[in-house]
Amino acid sequence: MILDSKVPSGDLADKWEDHKFHMKLINPANRRKHDIIVIGSGLAGASAAATLGGLGYNVSCFCFQDSPRRAHSIAAQGGINAAKNYQGDGDSVHRLFYDTIKGGDFRAREANVHRLAEVSRNIIDQCVAQGVPFARDYGGLLDNRSFGGAQVSRTFYARGQTGQQLLLGAYSALNREISRGTVKMYSRKEMLEIVLVDGKARGVIIRDLVTGEITTHSGDAVIMATGGYGNVFYLSTNAKGCNVTASWRAHKKGAGFANPCYTQIHPTCIPVSGDYQSKLTLMSESLRNDGRVWVPSKKGDTRSAFEIPEAERDYYLERKYPSYGNLAPRDIASRSAKEACDAGLGVGPGGLGVYLDFADAIKRVGEDGIKKKYGNLFHMYQKITAENPYKAPMRIYPAVHYTMGGLWVDYNLMSNIPGLFVLGEANFSDHGANRLGASALMQGLADGYFVVPFTLANYIASEKLNKVKTTDAPFTEAANAVKERTQKFLSIKGGRSVDSFHKELGQVMWDKCGMARDKAGLEAAIVKIPKLREEFWQNVKVLGENENLNQSLERAGRVADFLEFGELMCQDALHREESCGGHFRSEHQTEDGEAKRNDEQFCYVGVWEHKGDGKKAELNKEPLEFTDVKLATRSYK
Amino acid sequence: MDVTLHVWRQKNAKAKGAMEVIEGKDISEHSSFLEMLDTVNETLLSKGQEPIAFDHDCREGICGACSLVINGEPHGPEYGTTTCQLHMRSFKNGQHIFIEPWRAKAFPVIRDLVVDREAFDRIQQAGGFVSVNVGSPQDANCLPIAKQDADKAFDAAVCIGCGACVAACKNASPMLFVAAKVSQLALLPQGQPERESRVLAMVDQMKKEGFGNCSNQYECEAACPKEISVEHIARMNREYLRASFLEEAPKAGHGGD
Repeated sequence: MILDSKVPSGDLADKWEDHKFHMKLINPANRRKHDIIVIGSGLAGASAAATLGGLGYNVSCFCFQDSPRRAHSIAAQGGINAAKNYQGDGDSVHRLFYDTIKGGDFRAREANVHRLAEVSRNIIDQCVAQGVPFARDYGGLLDNRSFGGAQVSRTFYARGQTGQQLLLGAYSALNREISRGTVKMYSRKEMLEIVLVDGKARGVIIRDLVTGEITTHSGDAVIMATGGYGNVFYLSTNAKGCNVTASWRAHKKGAGFANPCYTQIHPTCIPVSGDYQSKLTLMSESLRNDGRVWVPSKKGDTRSAFEIPEAERDYYLERKYPSYGNLAPRDIASRSAKEACDAGLGVGPGGLGVYLDFADAIKRVGEDGIKKKYGNLFHMYQKITAENPYKAPMRIYPAVHYTMGGLWVDYNLMSNIPGLFVLGEANFSDHGANRLGASALMQGLADGYFVVPFTLANYIASEKLNKVKTTDAPFTEAANAVKERTQKFLSIKGGRSVDSFHKELGQVMWDKCGMARDKAGLEAAIVKIPKLREEFWQNVKVLGENENLNQSLERAGRVADFLEFGELMCQDALHREESCGGHFRSEHQTEDGEAKRNDEQFCYVGVWEHKGDGKKAELNKEPLEFTDVKLATRSYK
Repeated sequence: MDVTLHVWRQKNAKAKGAMEVIEGKDISEHSSFLEMLDTVNETLLSKGQEPIAFDHDCREGICGACSLVINGEPHGPEYGTTTCQLHMRSFKNGQHIFIEPWRAKAFPVIRDLVVDREAFDRIQQAGGFVSVNVGSPQDANCLPIAKQDADKAFDAAVCIGCGACVAACKNASPMLFVAAKVSQLALLPQGQPERESRVLAMVDQMKKEGFGNCSNQYECEAACPKEISVEHIARMNREYLRASFLEEAPKAGHGGD
């Protein structure tokens, strides 16, 4: 596998501008001759489809939801970072770049991150021009708040539903292009295979979730913006439909999968309440601007939060990380919560929870002040737990939230399969081993609005792309494979539901490849997962038929892919003999329990190559070179 | 707790549907309504019966995928709550629960409780946007917007497009949904250049889709999980009237000089 990052030469701060100038263009009249396929309609997919449509390409966009507006970007709560320095508190492109590299524990590609910080400013301008109602101050200017891992206020927000407002902005841009006829939208359609012709990505196989019909689509390039794989854990803050299928299908056709072990466990989620639980709900990181995290200092303290006096509380984040306090980055805050609970200091049922307390903030700004800032989050908490967070502290616990790993891409966001571009959470490039809060929205929109429109044009203008027909062998073969697989699920007629397999896999992943990992556990998982997979293919029970809406059949395909992917994730976690960001190997920690990186041996992107079913994937490495930042031990003390 | 469900079952758009009685046993009162359906579906599956199909995705009240008319009320009995955020503690042990899909000509049933809401997308495509290219717009702070206007626009912008307003209305009117977008953009400076054409086009599309009109009974506001006010319908009516006077017939394009 050749991994050429294609990072342009020159000074870090000039690379993107220079590269934009040197890339080839396609003239407006010729753009409509090029068919582009976009999979996914979240922030990255919708923004890419809308922008490419606006430029005049002939775009087809697919999503499995019933409307592009429902993609899971919609659930992002807290905000979006941008180096605008509107607050005059010392922010700059370079600072956002540096914070992101450091936040990612020095495992991201420098040039990509710098570009992200540069275009962050354009994103805010673009969204405001679309009519996105960001929060404003009384002078009518945009307001900001702080997020973890930063000492400046650079986060733009729209109450606790920034993702919704940004996605609806991108959705409206998409709608404009649909009405102009440049984008054709396909809802309730799932991509189940990618088609390669002469080694290049030239099409996809799509299943209509309502009729079961399998269709083939060709194009000059395929853009996948299909999100992350957090649902491999079954319980996560992801929507129920989020899956790894598109990425995994591309991986099995040759796309390298980078750093799959980098997963983000978000520190502030509502704790699990029972085995019926189908998903976990996030409480935005922004709450840590005003909420104070604590546990009782004594083990086995069963008093209610009110009865525990100040002196007997441990505000452990403020104690351990005085300069960042409650706004320590996510990986650190999560691990600290786990440590506290492992030490028997946890609160609530099962002792798996810590307090997030707003009493001081309410004293300072009143209930109304808090309601204005976080009303919908408090409302959501109350709905789920039947407890009133204005009166008693919230109980929170870490939960799987985001995945930094993903398909490997070069500087142009193209995978090692020519013509396959990967955007947003689905790629690996910008967040290293840990993503900072409010950076996912930034990356999704940066990729879709401001990066891929340039790099895709350059690819199409530079390559000789022969005409392909969907009746050609590579298309019909791929379509037949999808049909066979679908029939296979229906024909097994075993005794166990798809969900029961998914839950069991999720438990293995959480226990062995969750917040803390070790060699023995990972090795055990690598033995266990193939067995479970084998059982799945012999004993899964999917009723009904292909020709009607069949939700168990949809899930069967996704879980089958998770059962393969989970093993690769454990393999990656096992090989990475260091702790960095969200990847914490218990064997590799400092005396005070912090992650201990090993830059000598692991300062690279681990890229896995599929070698065939039943064969071990092969590891390839893209060394990470840092020219502008100095590798340092990450400290938030 | 145990509950008795009366669920609308329908194999596909062409099949005839009927209510079916299904028992829900040993349901935790802390589970969400959809988790209750998950549990019931696992039981159905184990008995060799096909699970109940229902739309859902984020399960945190923001994607707008979940629907369900529960005991006659869209999204069930709790105020300002989507079905996915409704919990079984809102029901009693032994209660009979009637679960139906959204009912509207413009929302045909796909299967069981799943309906086709693409009509909503087409209404948005008719004009629910600001025509701005991606590129280099002016700096965001060059366009100050009074906080009260921004807040009011936001109150409309929270619409999740679930369709409860249609399901609650005896006329199957989506006026609250349409008004939310019209109102949001009418309140913001970015929406001004297309203010008239937008409202006319969106209302026109709404009629084409076969939705009904508003007769001011405000059932939609009561059912809206995001508590969007019917004030926005009033604003849309004003906008519509105003646009009807002002809007000229669109001119044919010309090639420029």
